[in-house]
Order: sequence, then structure tokens, then C-alpha cells
Amino acid sequence: MRRIISVLLENEPGALSRVVGLFSQRNYNIETLTVAPTDDKSLSRLTVTTTGSDKVIEQITKQLNKLVEVVKLVDLTEGAHIERELMLIKIKAAGSQRAEIKRQVDIFRGQIVDVTSTVYTVQIIGNSHKLDAFIASIAEGGVLEVVRSGISGIARGEKMLSL
Amino acid sequence: MELLSGADMIARFLGDEGVEYIYGYPGGAVLHIYDALFRQDKVEHILVRHEQAAVHMADGYARAAGKAGVVLVTSGPGATNTVTGIATAFMDSIPMVVLCGQVPSNLIGEDAFQETDMMGVSRPVVKHNMAVRHASEIPEVLKKAFYIAESGRPGPVVVDIPKDMTAPNERFEYVYPKKVKLRSYTPPARGHSGQIKKAVEMLLAAKRPVIYAGGGVILGGASNQLTKLVELLNFPVTNTLMGLGGYPGTGKHSVGMLGMHGSYEANQVMHHSDLVLAVGARFDDRITNGTDKFCPGARIIHIDIDPANIAKTVKVDVPIVGPVDSVLDDMLALIAVDEKETDAAALSDWWSKIESWRTVHAGRYESSTQDNIKPQNVIEALYKVTKGEAYVTSDVGQHQMFAAQYYKFDRPNRWINSGGLGTMGFGLPAAMGIKLSYPNEEVVCVTGEGSIQMNIQELSTCKQYDIPLKVVVLNNQSLGMVRQWQDMNYESRHAHSYMESLPDFTKLVESYGHVGLTVNKLDDLESTLEKAFAMKDRLVFINVYVDPTEHVYPMQIARGSMNDMWLSKTERT
Repeated sequence: MRRIISVLLENEPGALSRVVGLFSQRNYNIETLTVAPTDDKSLSRLTVTTTGSDKVIEQITKQLNKLVEVVKLVDLTEGAHIERELMLIKIKAAGSQRAEIKRQVDIFRGQIVDVTSTVYTVQIIGNSHKLDAFIASIAEGGVLEVVRSGISGIARGEKMLSL
Repeated sequence: MELLSGADMIARFLGDEGVEYIYGYPGGAVLHIYDALFRQDKVEHILVRHEQAAVHMADGYARAAGKAGVVLVTSGPGATNTVTGIATAFMDSIPMVVLCGQVPSNLIGEDAFQETDMMGVSRPVVKHNMAVRHASEIPEVLKKAFYIAESGRPGPVVVDIPKDMTAPNERFEYVYPKKVKLRSYTPPARGHSGQIKKAVEMLLAAKRPVIYAGGGVILGGASNQLTKLVELLNFPVTNTLMGLGGYPGTGKHSVGMLGMHGSYEANQVMHHSDLVLAVGARFDDRITNGTDKFCPGARIIHIDIDPANIAKTVKVDVPIVGPVDSVLDDMLALIAVDEKETDAAALSDWWSKIESWRTVHAGRYESSTQDNIKPQNVIEALYKVTKGEAYVTSDVGQHQMFAAQYYKFDRPNRWINSGGLGTMGFGLPAAMGIKLSYPNEEVVCVTGEGSIQMNIQELSTCKQYDIPLKVVVLNNQSLGMVRQWQDMNYESRHAHSYMESLPDFTKLVESYGHVGLTVNKLDDLESTLEKAFAMKDRLVFINVYVDPTEHVYPMQIARGSMNDMWLSKTERT
């Protein structure tokens, strides 16, 4: 099952490599990984999506917690949560395609953020399925380049991951 | 206020931390630190012949003393040579601080002479590692290193020290930090009282219980509590390879070691139990055999300081995360209240079953003949001559298993071996670390002619520092455990398990300035050992020729249940 694990990490050199190293050392799977400092500059927030049996997920959270630089973590998929991913995608847009693609972008509530005579650069935000669906909706050969941020997540309501 | 250079702060800190010996090898990146050590007399440095041995020395000391051992090496090859030693300590949760030199900060990343990314290299085999980024931080970084290494589930910590951090002309205020706090690191202090209560109720109701005690009992200083609990409950207890001595090996509740080369009775008791109380043990593959067939009728209580050890390989019913000593104390206190009682009738039936299992194999082996000494026989003779009181280190292979099976350890911290990583070359340097700190105790390294050659150069260090330990080589002229597996699984095709061109060990040790003795007749075995141990102030190396065809039994049959075992070359359960 796919899980989203959110980690508060000391914002120190080498801390990220310890997290990534742990996953490869113990043969765990990383699907996406995002990391950036939080409002408290001494902390980074890292979101990792992974898959595995319940036993593997339990080990992942326990082994992450053992890392000295990990301050706190939560498995967001255990409760209600919001997940978002950002995608920038270059699409072939010439002639009659241009209007069609513009309509498509509107349907997905995306934005065209850069335009040339032959290419649209589109920004789409949503959960991963929405991003997948957008890519699938573009005609064969239309997608020129894709960059996705990986998933960021946060719990719904009063629940918080903080010190 | 005192101003010290980074190098002087390191030397001063180690003294203030109560470190008596550090083990290491100098080189360019640590010359400032070596100079600082030269100018003080609180900490004594031991110069090894290879950095791996420095780490094993620190490790041996740490296992005997229960405090962090300290290593100092230079950057590059000095640092990389420590990796096997660090991994050895990591697998067995041994507290250790390894100080590695590094090229000056401004050269890092430029492939400078003797530069290695030791933070990266060591990361998978350390509890933690840290780089010094400003010389003024040195006392705090070192204090953190010791605190992390020794607290919670112990482990090795590497500190990477660029050369410019130790420059003699840059001085900073030095204060010994008595305490450090890390917001992201708090080892558990107590077990959960509700879980402990539940566990005690299960213990009291058990009909076929067993206590399975691991290295955590030794590391956590809980052997008194364990012994009390075992005797109070009248339960059988089995110790892992790492846990030997946690409950006395000659104690009447002991059924010996369990697992791959565990005793027949220990593996039977585990398999037929209805309740397993695991104390500081981690259900690794050398214990459980096939996990799907592990203890089919048992509920499991697991006490461990590391939550990640719980349910890692085997599902448990009652996990208790906490220090083993305090959890066992809590259990003892709960049992004492109302003088609660166990099921005496069921236990009596259980014990009669256990006594019948004891007679089945009973550590038997074919007798030695005058010209064919059995390796088991050598360990029994060693046990007799040392009255069972020596610190025994071992390398890895058949001799290690024979030592574990036939030397009955009655006290913790006396059996020193590389259980998790299985590092050949561990025994001699580990014994050196112990003998230096416990000069009045007998320290003996049980080894093979294969293993001893992996760090035999340290005989030179023993001469320099006058370390009169004893070495007993079970010389079967082959890599015995490899050969055993080849006999059992590869139709006796002995691919590279035969040690051709062995040195004349007696001449070799004599050239290092020690005493070499050889035994090849059974009649000489005990008398030679006695003669060796009578030479209190000399290192004596006893080369005993043993039967090269002998196998270690019992031996679990791979992927079976705990009680699927070979009992000899021809009998199985």
C-alpha cells in the first residue's frame, strides 16, 4: 500500500543523505521525495511516498525514528490528509492544437505559464492521479518534457506535525 | 578561562571524560592531535600495526567494561581501514567513538591526498556520525559522540575532524561539557507499565515457558535481574551467542545456547514452549531458523530498548520498549506484590520434559585419541585450566562455536566475540584491549589458524606494550566452518577452504618475542595449557593440532523449525 510519511529533520548537512541511505540500505522503496526548510530554519520538512506491506512500513517509520537527526515523523496516510504535487509540462502547441490544449488546461484548472509559437509550458497542481490524468489526456507525441515535484502532504484539521 | 587549540581540546576532553586508553595510528591529518597527546599524560595511546585492530581493541575493551572504547586514526586509508571494525561494533551494539582525521576544510571535495568521504563511507555502519565544522565546537561534539555511543541501544559514533580544526595557533575557550541535550534523540527510560503488567500475568499463567536472553542483557547490565527472575519463576533460560554469561552457564535453569549451533534442549524448549519471554534479543536468522515455523505454539513477550527490533522478523504479542534492567526490575516488583505464584504443577511437568531432552545430545562428541585431538576437548581443557573464569575472546568459525558451547560462562562481559558481523581477525586485538585494562585477569583468545592470520601483526603491539595474554589456536589446517558447509552441501568439494603453506607458528611468535608452544598429543594438552597459564608475564601462543574433519553439532537444518537439527554427521531429529 502507498504511504506518505512526513518527517521533521534537523536542517543539517548530511541529514538528507542519512534518510535516503536508510531506504537503499534496507531495501525500502522511495517513489517520491521532497524536502525544504520550514518556517523554523533549524528544521527541514521531508515528505516521502513509499510502498510496502504493513510490516515494512512499520520498520520504515521505526528505522527513520532511530536516525539521530529525525525529530518527529507521521504517516499521513493513517488519517485524513491533503496531498499535492506540482507539475510543469511542456506541450507541443502549434496551429489548431493551441485552442484544444488551452481548453484541456482549463478543465484541469492548470495555468499556461510560458508560451512560444510552438510550445506551451503548463503548470498543474493536484494529487498525483490528477497529474497522471492530465498527461494521459494529451494526444500522443504532444508531451515534450515533464517535471514533477513529488508529493507534499499535510494532515487535515487540528492535527499538526511540529515541535 | 582557558584557551586551547582544537587538538589540545581533544586530548583534554578525553582525559576529562575518563578515557584511559585510546588505540590508533598516526598520519598527516591527525599530527596536531598526536602532538597534543604527546604533551599530556592522562590518556595513554596504544599504537597498533593496522587500524582495523585499533577498532577491535576498543571494541574488546568496551564489551568487557561497558564503556565506549576510543579510536584515533588519520584520514583516507587510516579511516577506511577502520570500517570492518566499526561494522563489527555496529552489528553487536557496542559503544565506541572513532576519531578520524580529515584533510583541511578548504581541500574537502578536491580529491586531496588521503581524502576519503568518511561520513559517507561509515554512514551505513554507525549509530551516528558527525563532522567538526568549527574548532570551538569540539568539546560539545565529542560529548555528544560519547552520549550517543553509550546511551539507549549503544553503537559506534564516528567523528570526522578536518586538520584545520586542530591547528595549534588557533585557540578557543575550553569547558568540559558535563551534559548534552539533543532534541531529536531521547532513548527510552522506562517500559510501559500496562504492558509490563500484562506480561507478568502471562508469565504467571504459562505452562511451558522459556526465557530467551540476548546480548541486551549484557549491554544493559541486567544479568542480576535476569538471574533473579529466572530463579523466582523457576523457568528455563536459554542465552544467545551474544548473551552468554547473562545467566550463569552452569546455573541449573540454563538449557544452554539456542539457535543454529544451540543445544538440543534449548532448541526443543523453544519449539515446544507456550510462552517466550525475549529479553534484549533480536530474533535474528541464526536464532529463529525458518520464521514461519518458529515456536508454533508460543505467545511472545519481547523486551528491547530499540523499538525497531520489535516485530522486525517475528510477530510478537506483547512488546515492551525500554531498558532491560528497569523493565525486569518492574517485573520483579510486580511479582513480589501479593507473592503471586506460577503454575507449579505445569512447570514440574515441563521440567521433567526438559530433563529428558538434556540427555539426548548432552554435548557429546567422539572421544579424542592420542594423535587426534577433538577441538571440543581443547575448550574443555581450557575451561578446566582457567577454572571457567577467564575473559575469552574468539574469532569466527568452528572454534567460536566450540568455545561458545563448551566454555560455560557464569558471568557477563566475559565472552567476547563478533556475533552479528562474524569478523575474522577480531579475537586477538579484542583480547589486547581487555588485557590492557584488566591486567590481573586471565585473557585468552580462542582462534583458528585461518582467523589468527587476519590480524597476527598485532603480536608486535603486544610486545611493545607488554600485553601477556594467551592465544589458543585450534589448528585444523583448514577453514573449518567453510569446510563443514562444503562437506554438508557441496559433496565435500573443499573449494579454497584448505590452508596451504601455514607458517611455523612457534617460530613466528618467537620472532615477535613471545612464547610459542605446540600440542599434537592428547597427553600434552592439559599440561601445556597449565604451563602456558603459569607464565603470567608472557604472551603464550599455543598451537593445538585438532581433528580437521570435525563438524560443529547440533546444527539446525536450514529453513526448518527450531528443533530440526543434525546431531552428528549421521543423526538428525
